[in-house]
Amino acid sequence: MGETVGKSVKRVDAFDKVTGRARYTDDICDKNALVARILHSTVANGTVKHIDVSEAEKIEGVVKIVTCFDVPQHKFPTAGHPWSTDVHHQDVADRLLLTSRVRFYGDDVAAVVAENEVAAAQAVRAIKVEYEEYPIVLDAVEAMKDGAPQLHKEYPNNILNHTSIYKGDYREAIKEEGLIKVEGWYDTPTVQHCHIENHICFAEMEAGRIVVTSSTQIPHIVRRVVGQALGIPWGKVRVIKPYIGGGFGNKQDALYEPLCAYLCTQVGGRRVKLDVSREETFVSNRVRHAIRTHIISWVRPDGTFAARKMECFSNQGAYASHGHGVAAKGMGAFPQLYPCDHVECDAYSVFTNKPVAGAMRGYGIPQAMFAGEAHIEDVAKALNMDSLAFRRKNMMPVGYVDGFSKNENYFDSLNQCIDKGMAYIDYERKLEEYAKDTGPVRRGVGMAIFWYNTAVWPISLESSSCRMVLNQDGSIQLQMGETEIGQGADTAFAQMAAETLGIRVEDVHVVSSQDTDVTPFGLGAYASRQTYVGGFAIKQTALIMKERILKYAYEMARMAPYEMDIVDGKIIRRNDGRVLLTLAELAEEAFYSLTHSEHITAESTYQIKTNAYSFGCSFAEVEVDIPLCKVKLLNIVNVHDCGRLINPALAEAQVHGGMSMAIGYGLSEQLLFDEKTGKPLNNNLLDYKLSTMMDHPDLGVGFVENYEPTSAYGTKALGEPPACPGAPAIRNAILNATGVGIDRAPITPHVLFEAFKEAGLI
Amino acid sequence: MYDIKALYEAKSVAHASELLLQHPEAKIIAGGSDVLIQMREGKLAGATLVSIYGLDELRGITMEEDGTIRIGSLTSFSHITKNPIIQQHVNVLGEAVDMVGGPQIRNIGTIGGNTCNGVTSADSGSTLVAYDAIVELTGAEGKRLVPIREFYIKAGKVDLRPGEIETAILIKKESYEGYKGHYIKYAMRNAMDIATCGCSANVKLSEDKKTILDARLAYGVAGPVPMRAPSAEAAAKGKPVSEETVNAFAKAALADINPRTSWRATKEFRLHLAEELARRALKEAIRQSGGDM
Repeated sequence: MGETVGKSVKRVDAFDKVTGRARYTDDICDKNALVARILHSTVANGTVKHIDVSEAEKIEGVVKIVTCFDVPQHKFPTAGHPWSTDVHHQDVADRLLLTSRVRFYGDDVAAVVAENEVAAAQAVRAIKVEYEEYPIVLDAVEAMKDGAPQLHKEYPNNILNHTSIYKGDYREAIKEEGLIKVEGWYDTPTVQHCHIENHICFAEMEAGRIVVTSSTQIPHIVRRVVGQALGIPWGKVRVIKPYIGGGFGNKQDALYEPLCAYLCTQVGGRRVKLDVSREETFVSNRVRHAIRTHIISWVRPDGTFAARKMECFSNQGAYASHGHGVAAKGMGAFPQLYPCDHVECDAYSVFTNKPVAGAMRGYGIPQAMFAGEAHIEDVAKALNMDSLAFRRKNMMPVGYVDGFSKNENYFDSLNQCIDKGMAYIDYERKLEEYAKDTGPVRRGVGMAIFWYNTAVWPISLESSSCRMVLNQDGSIQLQMGETEIGQGADTAFAQMAAETLGIRVEDVHVVSSQDTDVTPFGLGAYASRQTYVGGFAIKQTALIMKERILKYAYEMARMAPYEMDIVDGKIIRRNDGRVLLTLAELAEEAFYSLTHSEHITAESTYQIKTNAYSFGCSFAEVEVDIPLCKVKLLNIVNVHDCGRLINPALAEAQVHGGMSMAIGYGLSEQLLFDEKTGKPLNNNLLDYKLSTMMDHPDLGVGFVENYEPTSAYGTKALGEPPACPGAPAIRNAILNATGVGIDRAPITPHVLFEAFKEAGLI
Repeated sequence: MYDIKALYEAKSVAHASELLLQHPEAKIIAGGSDVLIQMREGKLAGATLVSIYGLDELRGITMEEDGTIRIGSLTSFSHITKNPIIQQHVNVLGEAVDMVGGPQIRNIGTIGGNTCNGVTSADSGSTLVAYDAIVELTGAEGKRLVPIREFYIKAGKVDLRPGEIETAILIKKESYEGYKGHYIKYAMRNAMDIATCGCSANVKLSEDKKTILDARLAYGVAGPVPMRAPSAEAAAKGKPVSEETVNAFAKAALADINPRTSWRATKEFRLHLAEELARRALKEAIRQSGGDM
């Protein structure tokens, strides 16, 4: 139909962003705002007995000091989930604005509001806090044991939640004769999102309401949480989201917006800015769950599964945040990716005295794929079978339907992606050739597939709203509750709107900023949902808009609306394609007609009750310098079937970003803690080894475009999937290069040193 | 916004000395890539600073009449790497400082700062130690020359007296003439990192390239300050160019060093690296000298 979807049109925000004209939260905040700083706990488990602010109050420029003993005691949830009207499905409300019962090193104890940053920092250093310290527990499995330190009295043995998926009869099935048992424990690390713009927000009062401007992925959700935290009606809160410098799930939580809003009310409604440092971002925002996974596979010599078991222990950190959703999603992938008749799965989310784990790109799937795809490689090795052949034999077949989500595997996406990835990396030839390497420096290739889905239906609400407003020149404004967070959503939205409306993409002006007072309700950027979910609302609204335009066109062209169409910004007669008038001419008339003046607009909400699988794979090629215990990544490619590509160039960029995160996840990134005190050791960008451009080879990207039949524009998830398969592909390449299978990420030189010693390689 | 109590800008080396004597509590700031970070972390919050960054006479690299290479203390890493005198005579130093941080840090960071902060992981440190560099210090009473090995006192502490600033680093002709060297920075990633172990080796071969006339080896992060490995050097000096010599050299180095276990790396891993890096660095230095390795 249209000419826009499927084209690599320029990002609608490209020029503003590369010239520095785009305004982010700190750019908008005027420079005489008061500055807030948080005092974080220096013990990982304990109670604040006493706080002495007398010295801090004397510092020139200090306006107000608020401690954990001063704040309202409304417990609130922080997860960026849609609110549930079912009380049993609501997020756990376990946070206070500031707390006297500290549960991790970095918990929020007090806050200073000052005239400037220097005074605020000096005051934070001058506050004296006396703690009663309790023993700590940092490991999820240890925390579940009887006698371990207890974090929340409502959750015995620190278990926030435990859910299971049982199918068939595992215990009976493993009795089959001739089965080979393959068992492994796989560990993934605590990592942080490391978006370039730290979390920042500012709040001020206006006409008796609180206006919060925040670097968030979820403005409408933040409005609700601020209301809950302060115990005020949600309509008394207005949240504005300008351009943001990345989020990757960290900003899919209410972070410090509630505290900032509260502090503003404590200084007479003056504007208060809370700009979080990188060191605080690492510790006192959110992290990705470290998950320990135990997998047992019972396989027949012919390479089929008889029974499988998996248990995963997810390190939740000190508070519930997104709760069990992350571990549950990871577990959910297990019985689907390699279906087997007899399966037992158990997932536990466990509180520990570590930073709070929340959403991070992939939501449990990077962990599950590291464990699952490392294990699949180990099973194939145990069977002495080619691991790709083993995967092809066992992975989800075409026609598979998941009973819960009703997702159907419509296409042979996995095989198609594998074929493309193999060809790109010349997999078979290299696998054979590198098997001959015996020297100190050896090469290897490896791969992993992944499972993903799109958005959160049927676990939670999926709904999107859209507004279109016609301008005098025939262009439109497009407003969505779904947010641009650097991923290119605004451009995809503009392309879809232009396509259905029949206008040029340049004539769609996306209102990038969300303002809960004027933007239609939407849930925000998460769950790789926006292009899929927003697409429905855009298409529905564009069709309403078009109907209204053509109805007005009838008055001018005297043709029946159903005999007309809009193509390239012009109203045409369907029968012969004749241009009857331009949309600009129509708009001008509609605005200023002395007989029938009408501002043509459209707005609608679409509730989505479908979901869609999004599959693919990664192939990696490594060179391992055994004496130096170092891995050089020579080559890596991701291949995705995310349905029809709305914008191929942006899709490729999206994949590049995810691959970069996967490289760091596999090889270098890990937040470290002192075992005795729980103090973070490397919460800065020097000591936390985010992989750099110099650690990346050229990133290869391939797509398989099977039109997604449930989608308004044939598309499905691509936001998070790119981060999922890279780390296990690298792990398997190292295994193929050296014969050493490393069962934990990241595979650092320290890990390889121990493993190579054990294997007698050094 | 930085928490600076006062900032004094020196107009000359003599003025810098004066300011430092007037404000004994002051920290010297040059490029600021260490001082500003510590200030932001709170360690140096509220400090008084004496800036020597404007002293252009401390920038640049020259060859003195006797063949001594003089590197002004404010010379940035990127200028050292691109300097023809360095490239011709001590290319390894240019390569080593090209591994500091990232391009922006290499443009602002100075070799004077890199040595005066007394850090064992400094990328210039092991190569300067390996080349017997001399530190020129200037104070109210004039100039003082200190061999760099003596300049480093302990972790974070160098032999800088009240009122003194480092004005140059000197490498004598006999220290570099006929030598070729190689530096290996072992770190956890390929940019923006500090060394887990730094290893700088250089050799002087006989005319027929068969014998090692002299070999020098220095490490960063193998002890509290950059250090030489005399046992390794003795094991190679006068020996034929061979695998055996290289292996003996690398093994002997372990007797000279004392790395520690920290959360960044275990002692055992650092010792393993030290041996392997010494082997590789010496081999490469021999290759560059025309030896067959």
